[in-house]
Amino acid sequence: MARVVVDVMLKPEILDPQGQAVQRALPRLGFEGISDVRQGKRFELEVDGPVDDAVLARIHELADTFLANTVIENFTVKVEEPAVGAEK
Amino acid sequence: MSLDTVENAAQTPDVELPWAELGLKKDEYERVVEILGRRPTGAELAMYSVMWSEHCSYKSSKIHLRQFGEKAPQSDAMLVGIGENAGVVDVGQGYAVTFKVESHNHPSYVEPYQGAATGVGGIVRDIIAMGARPVAVVDPLRMGAADHPDTKRVLPGVVAGIGGYGNCLGLPNIGGEVVFDACYQGNPLVNAGAIGVMRHEDIHLAKASGPGNKVIMYGARTGGDGIGGASILASETFDDAKPSKRPAVQVGDPFQEKLLIECTLEAFAEKLVVGIQDLGAAGISCATSELASNGSGGMRVELDDVPLRDTTLSPEEILMSESQERMCAVVEPEKVDRFLEICEKWDVIATVIGEVTDGDRLEIFWHGEKIVDVDPRTVAHEGPTYERPYARPEWQDALQADDANKLPRPSSKDELKAQVVALVSSPNQASKKWVTSQYDHFVQGNTVLAQPEDSGMIRIDEETGLGVAIATDGNGRFAKLDPYHGAQLALAEAYRNVATTGAKPLAISDCLNFGSPEDPDVMWQFVEAVRGLADGCQILGTPVTGGNVSLYNQTGEAAIHPTPVVAVLGVIDDVARRTPAAFREEGQLLYLLGETHEEFGGSAWSQVVHDHLGGLPPKVDLERERLLGDILISASRDGMIDAAHDLSDGGLIQAVVESALLGGKGARLVVPDGLDAFTFLFSESAGRAVVAVPRSEELRFTDMCGARGLPVTRIGVVDGDAVDLQGEFALSLDELREAHEGTIPALLA
Repeated sequence: MARVVVDVMLKPEILDPQGQAVQRALPRLGFEGISDVRQGKRFELEVDGPVDDAVLARIHELADTFLANTVIENFTVKVEEPAVGAEK
Repeated sequence: MSLDTVENAAQTPDVELPWAELGLKKDEYERVVEILGRRPTGAELAMYSVMWSEHCSYKSSKIHLRQFGEKAPQSDAMLVGIGENAGVVDVGQGYAVTFKVESHNHPSYVEPYQGAATGVGGIVRDIIAMGARPVAVVDPLRMGAADHPDTKRVLPGVVAGIGGYGNCLGLPNIGGEVVFDACYQGNPLVNAGAIGVMRHEDIHLAKASGPGNKVIMYGARTGGDGIGGASILASETFDDAKPSKRPAVQVGDPFQEKLLIECTLEAFAEKLVVGIQDLGAAGISCATSELASNGSGGMRVELDDVPLRDTTLSPEEILMSESQERMCAVVEPEKVDRFLEICEKWDVIATVIGEVTDGDRLEIFWHGEKIVDVDPRTVAHEGPTYERPYARPEWQDALQADDANKLPRPSSKDELKAQVVALVSSPNQASKKWVTSQYDHFVQGNTVLAQPEDSGMIRIDEETGLGVAIATDGNGRFAKLDPYHGAQLALAEAYRNVATTGAKPLAISDCLNFGSPEDPDVMWQFVEAVRGLADGCQILGTPVTGGNVSLYNQTGEAAIHPTPVVAVLGVIDDVARRTPAAFREEGQLLYLLGETHEEFGGSAWSQVVHDHLGGLPPKVDLERERLLGDILISASRDGMIDAAHDLSDGGLIQAVVESALLGGKGARLVVPDGLDAFTFLFSESAGRAVVAVPRSEELRFTDMCGARGLPVTRIGVVDGDAVDLQGEFALSLDELREAHEGTIPALLA
């Protein structure tokens, strides 16, 4: 069993109001020196069985059609070892 | 390649510019060269190309739209007419109302949520640019076939976008429509309207007068939104190293817009502003050239001072960016500090980017070099105009000859009943609660009526009860059969909807959605529709205050139905006198106002039962519409009617079912003498409404109609918990509710 992580981020040229709201809050809270914040989404998919190319291709497809809105978002897919502390 | 300055352009006349990729025609580019007396710089080309686009210059439509001014009826209500950000109408008691409808069709197809959301944002900024506080929005939508998979992608996204943006702004959504038709597949129409209220003395116009006055940009930072075209300039011609960007979708930020509203209105209240312009299509190119050319002439802009979200943007991209939630104000020098203070209070970024000069040139600088030096009028107002060829389509006669009146009609009582159920449950006639329940109708506490009432109504004065009503309509099927009369039917229906609720129609705004103007068939539809509207407004006494034209709504050869959407604005002295659509009290008498003929061309019945479009649309009699409107308004004012509903698509049965379901009270109907049951139920003759009259008022009401010459027919009584057509069929309200309200959720589930 392995974990596949899909990170979804707004494309760089797309406005990110949430990220801007975070960025604007930082100096108010005393955190200086952060010039930009962009906020994305992370999906952790627990995959049954080994992660081979076919499985990855399938995950790409699901990310492309369901997890990300590719008109305004990019995504990356990466395979992680089972999380530390996970059972088995 | 280094920066393309004015000096550089003068010295290198032979450099090839990508004018074709930017959408300019060869003769248009040559005209630019002629105006400037040299080749344009990249930045100038960016400005001309975007300002001379169909969207900004109205080059195909302008010569026809003039009729709206030339044929405008005399109206004391018009305070500001066509040409400003939005028209302004006097509604009495010192109040003025500004309203406008625009399209955001293509962006909403590409990215439904953000496209529709930024459509709301754009129209709201038009309203605040006039100095008015926005009070409500409306959204007329046209989607592809209800059961097409892409409709399931586009419609929920569009609805969520409108709801998301409008709800965050705290603006009630009080009207609009949702129409499905396969012709809008791939070309959905997302029109957005907004209403704003102000005092007469607060009207502001977009102009930059007075040399020395400062030009201030405020609101969001400028990023790479909507600059697909300019990227060609930036990357492929001027800097090959730079990665070519795809057209970036504009993303809206309603919380930023809310700050912009408050900040702008506060600056207006303190009289800090000489001129103002919102940044929409064409961004800074549009705002600077329009402000300058509407004012005394010159303007100097330091583009380096524009606050950027993306510091890698080239000057061409900055000029063309369509980043949302930005405004431009012209402020006298001694008031600049106070203006900036107000912006800071509202957490709005504001920067002086230039000043009004006493020349007549718009000059823009980048890194100290002059990159634009143009006469702003040639950019903003003196773009090309085309007399596009148009001709009545060859297929028009055949279409009109395919008479819907000859379609097979129901032959038994059971079939009639089944067709009633099919009609009220069809996607276009079914309840749109699934859509409208995602919008906030009542925020701000002034909403008097909202969908599914005939018109949306907002109270604007708490003391006196003064209110305004708005309705939007447009039947593309009618317009396809006959664009001239189809446009008048849209006008008539919106007018009737406003009058039905008891408000007096004052003025209109229109959003004209058509296919490609380069197709003579489409151009003919456009020309006919504009002529029909202008003629119609003359008869009804409602001037056109402004609006928008959306062309090229077509995929390949297939254009959408010509779809002129008309918004009529009305005023009501006291909203407590309004007439709702719901049947509320048993025993009240139902009267049909107007005349019913066998008119089925383009009707909902012909679509639902026969999937047919042909014949002629219903006849239009605008004098009759006016009389009907007067009667409905008088009856509302004098308390003679308790409910009223206009008859339009779906005919009488649709109206009766809606009113019965809204009030939870049934109706017993009889077919009047001289009509058969089928025609009585399904005909879509214009100029009609159904009203519920309390028995105590019956004589007074029928006497009034008789005295003024409006045909009135008693058709039944509010009664029971079914819609019962005596001797034909009865349908319980439960059955009808299930049929009427189940369709849309099931389609989108």
